[in-house]
Amino acid sequence: MTNNLNLSKVKTKPVETIVKFFITMSAFAAILISIAIVFTLLTEAINFFRDPAVTFKEYFTATRWTPTFKNPVYGVLPLVSSTLYIALIACIISFPLGLFSAIYLSEFASRRTRKIIKPIMEILAGVPTVVFGYFALNWITPNIVQRFIPGSGVFNAISAGMAVGIMIIPTVASISDDALNAVPKSLRMGSLALGSTRRITALKIMLPAALSGIIASFILGFSRAIGETMIVTIAGGQYPELNLDPRKAMYTITSSIVNVSLGDTPHGTTAYNSLFALGITLFIMTFILNIFADYIARKYRKEYEQ
Amino acid sequence: MNNSQLLKGTKKERELKELAFLSILYLCVTVAIVTLMTLIYDVVSTGYNRLLSDYELGLINKVTIDNPKDFLTSLDSRDPLKAGIGPAFAGTIWLMIIVIAATFPLGAGAAIYLQEFAPKNKLTRFIELNLTNLAGVPSVIYGLMGLAVFVRLAGFGRSVLSGGLTLTLLILPVVIVASREALKAVPDTIRQGALALGSTRFQAIFRQVVPSAIPGMVTGMVLGLSRAIGETAPLIFMGALTYVNYYPVTPLSGFTAIPIQVYNWVGYPQTEWKNTSSAGIMLLLGLLLSMNALALIIRNRFEKDW
Repeated sequence: MTNNLNLSKVKTKPVETIVKFFITMSAFAAILISIAIVFTLLTEAINFFRDPAVTFKEYFTATRWTPTFKNPVYGVLPLVSSTLYIALIACIISFPLGLFSAIYLSEFASRRTRKIIKPIMEILAGVPTVVFGYFALNWITPNIVQRFIPGSGVFNAISAGMAVGIMIIPTVASISDDALNAVPKSLRMGSLALGSTRRITALKIMLPAALSGIIASFILGFSRAIGETMIVTIAGGQYPELNLDPRKAMYTITSSIVNVSLGDTPHGTTAYNSLFALGITLFIMTFILNIFADYIARKYRKEYEQ
Repeated sequence: MNNSQLLKGTKKERELKELAFLSILYLCVTVAIVTLMTLIYDVVSTGYNRLLSDYELGLINKVTIDNPKDFLTSLDSRDPLKAGIGPAFAGTIWLMIIVIAATFPLGAGAAIYLQEFAPKNKLTRFIELNLTNLAGVPSVIYGLMGLAVFVRLAGFGRSVLSGGLTLTLLILPVVIVASREALKAVPDTIRQGALALGSTRFQAIFRQVVPSAIPGMVTGMVLGLSRAIGETAPLIFMGALTYVNYYPVTPLSGFTAIPIQVYNWVGYPQTEWKNTSSAGIMLLLGLLLSMNALALIIRNRFEKDW
C-alpha cells in the first residue's frame, strides 16, 4: 500500500524515520532474546562439559546429582526422572479435568454460565506459582496426601504433582475449548438433527473433530508442567538420588537449578556452570514439545479454514 | 458409525447415560472452582490477622512500640510476629515501574511494526515463530539468561534493574501478541479512510489506527504486568533471595519482591510463619486481582465495538 500521489510535496520527516527504525528494532528484539537464551545456555554448558571433573557419560548415566557436595557427582538421570514423574502426576490430574471442563464450556454451558466460569478459570491461571507451592505444602500435603496415603513425607511428589496439575487445568481447558469452538457449527447441528444426543454429539462428533487441538493442549500442558519451578521447589523436596516412590521427596531439574543457585556458587565454578547445563537440558525438552504442539495445532487449523 | 451404535439400549438407559455424562462434566468444572475457593479460604483464614495489625482489628487501643507494627510497611524480621513486607512491597513497585517503562515502547513498537509495516517475507515469519516459541520457554530459563546477560555481561549486578529487565523479556512475547490483536481489531476502513483523505501511510497508522488500538494494547500490557509481578523463579537469580532488609533506593540497589519474600517465609517450619506467608500471599493476590479488574475495566470502558 504506497501513497505516492502527494499534492504538496511531503518529504519523509526525520521523526518518522527514527520511529520506524525504533519499531523495527523492537520487533527484532524477539530474535535477539532467542539468540541470547540459546547463546548463554550453550556457552556456559560447554564450559561445564569441558571441566575435567565432569564427563558426558557421568552426566547422562550417574544416578546422583550432588554438585555442592565435597565429592560432587553430576548425574542428570534422577532429575529427569523426577521431572517426568511429577509432570505425569500433573497430567493425570489436569488432562481429564481440563478436557471435561472444556467440553462442558463449549457444548453444554449456557452463555451466562460461560460468563461466570471463564473469569474464574482466568483467575486460576493467574495465581502465582509460589502461591500454589504454599498451597501444596500447607494444605494438600496434610489434608489430602498424608491423610489418605500412609507413609507420605512432608515433601512428596504427589502433592507437588497435584498442585502443578491444578495450575495447568486452565491451559488445557482454554486451548481445548478454542479447538472445540473452531469446529464448524454445521457438524454439531447435523449430528443433533440426525437424532443423536448431546453426549453422543460431544464425544463422537466434536471430540474427534477437535482432536488435534486437544492433543496440542495436552502437549503444551505437559511442557508447562516440566518447566514449572516454584511448586516443585517448595513442595517436592530435594532428594538427589533416583527415586520412584511418589510418597517421598524428589528433585526436579527446575528445583535443582533453584537450589544450586541458592548455594555458594561463584561465577566460573563447576556448580555455577552446571546450572546452565541443566538449563539447556530443560530448554531442549520444552522446546521440542512446544514445536510439536504448534505443528499439530497448525494442522488442525488448516482443516477447517476455507 | 451406524445407527445401532447410536441407539443402544432403551430410552431410559440412554437418558441415564446422558445424565451421568453431564454429572461428570459438572464435577470436573466444580473441582477446579472448589480448589480455587479452598486456596483463597485457606490463605485468608490464616493470614488476615497478620495483614491487619492488632490495632486495626480493635484488639488493642493504641499502637505502641512493642506491638507488632504495620505488616505492609515494617521490615522483615527473624520473629514471625514482627516480620513485615515493606522492602519486598517496595521492590515489587520498583519492578513494576521498570517493567512498564521497558515493556510499553518495546511491546507496542514491535506489535505496530509486525502488524502494520512488516513485509510478508521469511524474516517476518521467523520473528513470529520466535515469539511463539519464547512464550513457551520456562521462566526459570529467562532467569538464567538474565543472570548471564544483565547481571554479568551488562554489569548491572544483582539489582532491581536486572530483575525488571529480565521480567520485561519474559512478558514481552505475550504483550506483543496481545497488542497485535488490538491492532488487528481496528477495521481496514479506518486505514483506507485516512489514506483517501490524503494522509501518508505513517500518518494513517500513528494518528488513526494506533490511537484506537491503545485501550486493547494497555489491557494486554496490564495482564502481562500482572504475570510479571507474580513471577518468582527468574528473580531468584537476581539475588533477591539473600537477606535483603532495606528499601531499594536506586535502580542498581539490591532488592527483594513479594513472591520471593513469600517463598522465603514458606520455607520456615513454625506455624507462626504460615500466618505471615499467608498475609504476604493475600497482598500479592490482592494486587493481581485488582490489576486484572483494571484490565477488565479498560477493556469494557474504552474499547470500541466496531
